[in-house]
Amino acid sequence: MTNLLTSLDPVDWAWAGILYWLGLGFAALFLQRSRSLLTNLVFPLGALGALFIAGVGVAGLLAPVSTSVLPIGLPDLPFHLRLDALSAFFLLLLGGAAFGVTVYAIGYFRHMEAGPLAVLTLWYHLFLAGMAGVMLADDAYAFMVCWEVMALSSYFLVTTDHDIPDIRSAGFLYLLIAHVGAVSLLLCFGVLQGGHGNYTFGYMRGAALTPFWASAAYLLALFGFGAKAGLVPMHVWLPEAHPAAPSPVSALMSGVMLKTAIYGLLRVTFDLLNIQLAWWGALALALGLVTALYGVIFAAVQSDMKRLLAWSSIENIGIILAAFGLTLIFYTDGKGALAALTLTALLYHSINHAFFKGLLFVSTGTVLHATGTRLMGQMGGLIRIMPWTAWLTLIGVLAIAGIPPLNGFVSEWLLLQAFLLTPGLTQPYLNMVIPVAAAAVAMAAALAAYVMVKFFGVIFLGQPRDPALLHAHEASWPQRLGMVWLAAGCVLLGLFPTQVITWIAPVVRLITNQRLVNDGNWLLLAPVSAERASYAPLIFLVVVLVVLLLTFIWVRRTYHGRLRRSDPWDCGYPEQDARMQDSAQGFGQPIRHIFVSFMRVERETPDPFDRQPQYHGATLDKLWFVLYEPIARLTNWLSAQAGRLQHGHIQWYLTYSFMTLIFLLVFVTR
Amino acid sequence: MTTGILLQIVQTLIAISLAPLFMGWVNQCRAWLQGRSAPPVTQPYRTLKKLFNKDAVVARNASPLFRFAPYLIFACMALAAGIVPTIANDLPFSPAADVIALVGIFALARAFQALAAMDIGTAFGTLGARREMLVSFLAEPALLMVFFNASFISHSTQLPVIVAALAHREFAIYPSMAFAAVAFWMVSTAENARIPVDNPTTHLELTMIHEAMILEYSARHLALIEWAVALKLFTYSALGIALFIPWGIAPRGDLTALPLAILVLVVKLAAGGALLSLLEAISAKLRLFRAPEFLGTAFLLAVLGMLIHFLLEV
Amino acid sequence: MPLAYHLQFINLLAALLLLIAFAMLSQRRIVGLVTLFAWQGAALSLATAIVAWSTGQHHLYYSAGLTLVLKVMVMPWFFYRLVKRLDVNREVEPMINIPTTMLIGIALVIFAFNLAMPISQMAGTVMRSTLGIAMACVLLSFLMMITRSKAITQVIGFMAMENGLFFAATSATYGMPLVVEMGVALDVMIALFVLGIMSFQIRESFDSMDLKHMESLKER
Repeated sequence: MTNLLTSLDPVDWAWAGILYWLGLGFAALFLQRSRSLLTNLVFPLGALGALFIAGVGVAGLLAPVSTSVLPIGLPDLPFHLRLDALSAFFLLLLGGAAFGVTVYAIGYFRHMEAGPLAVLTLWYHLFLAGMAGVMLADDAYAFMVCWEVMALSSYFLVTTDHDIPDIRSAGFLYLLIAHVGAVSLLLCFGVLQGGHGNYTFGYMRGAALTPFWASAAYLLALFGFGAKAGLVPMHVWLPEAHPAAPSPVSALMSGVMLKTAIYGLLRVTFDLLNIQLAWWGALALALGLVTALYGVIFAAVQSDMKRLLAWSSIENIGIILAAFGLTLIFYTDGKGALAALTLTALLYHSINHAFFKGLLFVSTGTVLHATGTRLMGQMGGLIRIMPWTAWLTLIGVLAIAGIPPLNGFVSEWLLLQAFLLTPGLTQPYLNMVIPVAAAAVAMAAALAAYVMVKFFGVIFLGQPRDPALLHAHEASWPQRLGMVWLAAGCVLLGLFPTQVITWIAPVVRLITNQRLVNDGNWLLLAPVSAERASYAPLIFLVVVLVVLLLTFIWVRRTYHGRLRRSDPWDCGYPEQDARMQDSAQGFGQPIRHIFVSFMRVERETPDPFDRQPQYHGATLDKLWFVLYEPIARLTNWLSAQAGRLQHGHIQWYLTYSFMTLIFLLVFVTR
Repeated sequence: MTTGILLQIVQTLIAISLAPLFMGWVNQCRAWLQGRSAPPVTQPYRTLKKLFNKDAVVARNASPLFRFAPYLIFACMALAAGIVPTIANDLPFSPAADVIALVGIFALARAFQALAAMDIGTAFGTLGARREMLVSFLAEPALLMVFFNASFISHSTQLPVIVAALAHREFAIYPSMAFAAVAFWMVSTAENARIPVDNPTTHLELTMIHEAMILEYSARHLALIEWAVALKLFTYSALGIALFIPWGIAPRGDLTALPLAILVLVVKLAAGGALLSLLEAISAKLRLFRAPEFLGTAFLLAVLGMLIHFLLEV
Repeated sequence: MPLAYHLQFINLLAALLLLIAFAMLSQRRIVGLVTLFAWQGAALSLATAIVAWSTGQHHLYYSAGLTLVLKVMVMPWFFYRLVKRLDVNREVEPMINIPTTMLIGIALVIFAFNLAMPISQMAGTVMRSTLGIAMACVLLSFLMMITRSKAITQVIGFMAMENGLFFAATSATYGMPLVVEMGVALDVMIALFVLGIMSFQIRESFDSMDLKHMESLKER
């Protein structure tokens, strides 16, 4: 027995974990009667599975590459699985974030009816299994099967509340774009195998493509994975679908599923393709920056809290993609050490985003449960009613805003360092464009702070804008536990960057053949040399705390701590009420004012004599109207033309078939 | 190392204790330039003392965040003052936080300031928070780009190394730093709530930004915030000195240069304060929506500085 | 190895020229524009004088003096008078908003720098690296002419463009022969007067200085 256990490679453990999740999912179907068994047994077991997968990820980072062939699927087409450092890192990300989210889900789904809950549990675990499968697949066939499992299960999760028309149409849009992307990926794999019909990744690694075909494969991959990741202009589904899903699912979709696209892009570009070209990097950099700025600008003008977070996910994906582009530029320029630095920043930001976005999405779930609305304009003052949620969310908010000493700052710091090292590229144009790119990244980060102050301030601070909020309730214990796990992730990833970088190092070595040297010690992060740049978050935190404590003691000792409570100052105008605070729209107004050219603002202001005034305002994405609606109209027109062939007479259809037959016969015999 | 730590603490304490004096000096210069009779230079100390002795009045619905924020803001500013070389270049704490982290410290303080302003839920507080974040979303990247200019020259993001490169190496004119200097002045007016972006003495709801955020504070909390504001102005001035006129800061390991360094610092600060108030006196307060344009210009100037660097200085 | 100090100073002045060109792009008032133009002329004149001193090219002293007299004194004086007489010193919104203009400006600068790089490597002068700046100044002035609608701003933009060209000539080949420069200066002066007279005519015909009104002149 022990022999069997020791002979198992990490990859075997990984697929065992996937099977375990699948088993849990299907077992849920037999528990349709018992809600408490579903939430109190299946979800905790699922969370354990996530922890197990994270452990496998750690093992995979330490162990050499392991492969396995599963005899499932079609005859002669077995599933090839492979666990190298890249897969292992993303498995770690999946497991780490999914554990917190699943623990949270125990409390979140407690109030659902048992029947739908059982179905949801199935899709939930299928979704987890699908994502893990994508990261393990080693042939195009297995990859696409897992990719589709992931896409379809998440579609069913998005449409959990399918009796709401908006959610149905959001789900449809998601499904549509996911499949356009999937077709592009299929074509990409077609190009990659080079016409020999062998679809294993091992074969593709060896295939020598010409620059033309390699570029074609790269562009197809960028399109396909970009559609999944929410790259502008393929982003439109994301702000619709992510808010529609139940919050733990939104957390997984934003935190983890988007990263599968990043994983795929890295896999195809650096592993499967045998050549890389500099302009690929420039393209990805430009697209990434556009995505980041576009996303954050729209995040600033949202008034639905989950939609705001979805747009912020677009921003983060943009930053990750910009890092990807920069990695590619350095890599093709022969600057391995810099590519290693940038890649580290990319992976670091990926895992950071999984944790803080997961945390924020689940916290909106708590708020949604407590208040029954997603509109920030009806909230306010929740910090006094639900302090646990508020303070934990504050950690996530500061982390995503890139504020030291939390984790978001570390990855941004690394990325900016990489930008600072660009002089010395052989391409003069790139040399000059890249500082401008750094400026764009800095601006996206600063705008993210704007968005997050708005998010936290409007929901949790101020006075309750709706009297019903006073009856809101705090998160349940499993929910708190899940949030604590995710928040702890944000803090620890922020405080121990040198340790995290050693975990990332095997991936970096795999892709760039370089090691990122840390010139500092275990406290001091110094990626290039200690003279050049260094950062020590732990010391930073300790000093801030010490100064804070000294100030506090000094003020209290020297003076006094007397305090009187009174009403807030009303500026001599006693009629103020809570509705006079800035609403979510009001807070975003300056940004709307500045960037109005990207938006379509629809507003209905009431007549001054209206007895029951109604105000309506919406800020819409202009791209939808200039890009998607024409495409939709064209498609409709084409299908209307095709529709003319439909008559309903069977004779006509037989004639079509007959004509086709004749045509094909002529075509073949020529 | 011990002398380093000692110097570090001394330097931070000098910054903390001198900051209100510097504020008083700037106010005095400004009053003179505006033809008013000036308050004594020590006025800020008296104000602080008065505020510390008062009983704090806090709104009924204030959360702990509201009372915690002033301490954090003060701590952040003290920390920032400790990172910037003012008299000596030997700062053992500086490897822990470089210029990007310095921008981060300011961001941390600002985030808490804005959140605390929103905590009470009066119309003014949220208005101030919104405007502050609006100003900062352009000022912060512009400041970062100013630092990048210096980093490209010195190949480092650590302030002591930057100062060493600029001051203690062979003298050279860097055109990119001219751009950076203009951008830095524009950013520092915005970040320190001075004319033309904000007016530190106004209480007019149409124009105020920073004052709107701290309306609800009183007594010791207000004192800490006011002190932090003075400290921030001091830190920015010290930053400007370190980046653009760094000569005179004592190099690492040279304790004999210290007395001269202190003297030089005082002279530079006096001149800098006078210049700041002069620039304030000759400019007019901008409309709020001109402020993003003003800061956008600063941002682009800093970017332009980097481009100039690539053309002329590589 | 750092450059000699006078070269560093020329670089600084070149950077200043570019800075002024950008300031002109963002300036809304015509009087401010004229002042900036005068400063640009001063910087140019100083730079030329330093080049003359450092290389011993004596004809450049004349160019510097000519620039000083014409572009720092005569032309700004003329413009001030014109603005006063025409009473057009109001804040005007440019056709494209200013941040966008500045962004286009940055793109132009990158373009110009990269364009100039191979040329400046061929030029044998001591200040060849400033060629990129000179080209950027030309392009930026052109951009200013495009985005403004007042006749006077067009003239100032034209003059600023000439500044850029002059600087380009100095940096690439130590200036054109003196005869050519005199000729160009004369041309510019004449152009200035013609345009000045034309501005009066435009105002008399349309009661406004806005060039948009000239659209009505086209045949239908």
